[in-house]
Amino acid sequence: MKRQVPLVLCFVFGIVMILTQFSPHSVSQWVYEEVISWVLIIGPFALVLATVTLIQTHTARIRRRTEHWQYSFVVFAGLIIMVLIGIFFTPQNSVFEWLYNNVQLPMDATMFSLLAFFIASAAYRAFRARTFEASLLLITALIVMMGNVPVGDFIWNKVLFWTPWEDGVSWWRQWILDNPNLSARRGIILGVSLGVISQSIRIILGIERSYLGGGD
Amino acid sequence: MDFWSFIGIWVAAFLTLSIYSVLYRDNPFYRFAEHLFVGVSVGYGIVLSIYQGLVPFALKPLWETVETGAPEGFIKLIPICIGLLFFARLSPRHTWLIRYPIAILIGFGSGIAIPNVLRANIFEQTRGTIAPFAEIAAGTLSGWGIFEAVLMVVGVICTLTYFFFAVEHRGPVKWLSKVGIAFLMIGFGSAFGNTVMGRVALLIQRVDFLLNDWIASIRALF
Repeated sequence: MKRQVPLVLCFVFGIVMILTQFSPHSVSQWVYEEVISWVLIIGPFALVLATVTLIQTHTARIRRRTEHWQYSFVVFAGLIIMVLIGIFFTPQNSVFEWLYNNVQLPMDATMFSLLAFFIASAAYRAFRARTFEASLLLITALIVMMGNVPVGDFIWNKVLFWTPWEDGVSWWRQWILDNPNLSARRGIILGVSLGVISQSIRIILGIERSYLGGGD
Repeated sequence: MDFWSFIGIWVAAFLTLSIYSVLYRDNPFYRFAEHLFVGVSVGYGIVLSIYQGLVPFALKPLWETVETGAPEGFIKLIPICIGLLFFARLSPRHTWLIRYPIAILIGFGSGIAIPNVLRANIFEQTRGTIAPFAEIAAGTLSGWGIFEAVLMVVGVICTLTYFFFAVEHRGPVKWLSKVGIAFLMIGFGSAFGNTVMGRVALLIQRVDFLLNDWIASIRALF
């Protein structure tokens, strides 16, 4: 019951999803769509459980008065307001949309834009052209960055005005992205995909069982 | 500008400046914004997953079944019960029940991955790599195009060789692998360049918001 049934469920759902994708029969398509809807129903429960864990963590922080415990109330406030308004008044509600547009979206963009500062200091350490490989990385990144913005074109043309490559940073950027960059990506994608397929087969056949966790 | 738009701009500006304040050092404003971001994002994710998964695929069919009396919708009770098993995690004696929904999700994911990954990532990528050779055979590709086609194949083979550990990297394999590293460095450099520019674009957008929208709202006050 504790280990064998989950293995059987995993096998059945895995095989069903493989077979139904190769059969255009109406029953097969009905099963395919039904299983997808099942997964879309089960998925949100996992998210709710994750939220319960988050609440438990922050409740423990408040109870133990750990450092900066007061901010756990801010987490609860944000969570409760979004969930209450979203669930009871639907996500199309104007208050929910206002919170999304004026609270979540600006914070999301600002958090990600912070990386522009951190990446600059990381680049200073990483971009020292000590070896041939590091130089390749540096030159490629510079060309791609310069080709993305008009000021890059301006600098390129000022520096390379005497060469046949004048006025061509955008062209070089696109050529790098479409050729050597794409071939490296294809190599990585092919390798990763073969790994995904072999791991999926191992999971379906019950060879890989780490998702069951420890215990009985 | 209406009242709520005005308040929205000030709230967004306060949160933006609070987050940027961490560039100086850790402070209460940043911690407030950081924790609010976590709460709001999780809440938004829950609402969206409920309204895009649970409501249209479970609650709506169930409600229709109750209204019409047709029994088909009751099948949705099975995934709802399986989903509820996630909460067995909260009871130490019944924790093992969580394996059922996890096994279903993992089995589903593995099953759907095999044909799709095979089709999109292996067949299509291989086809894209060797397709220009058909044009070479037909004589429709220029000299530069032939160079690009050969470069693509060499890049893919060398990159794969670098990750091929079944043989020792000595002799020709070592050199192929070295060329593979060069291609990988160009790939990582491109990814780095694009990431930096993406983040800088976000930064410009936030600064543009502060300089134009927020400053304009201050001017509107006076």
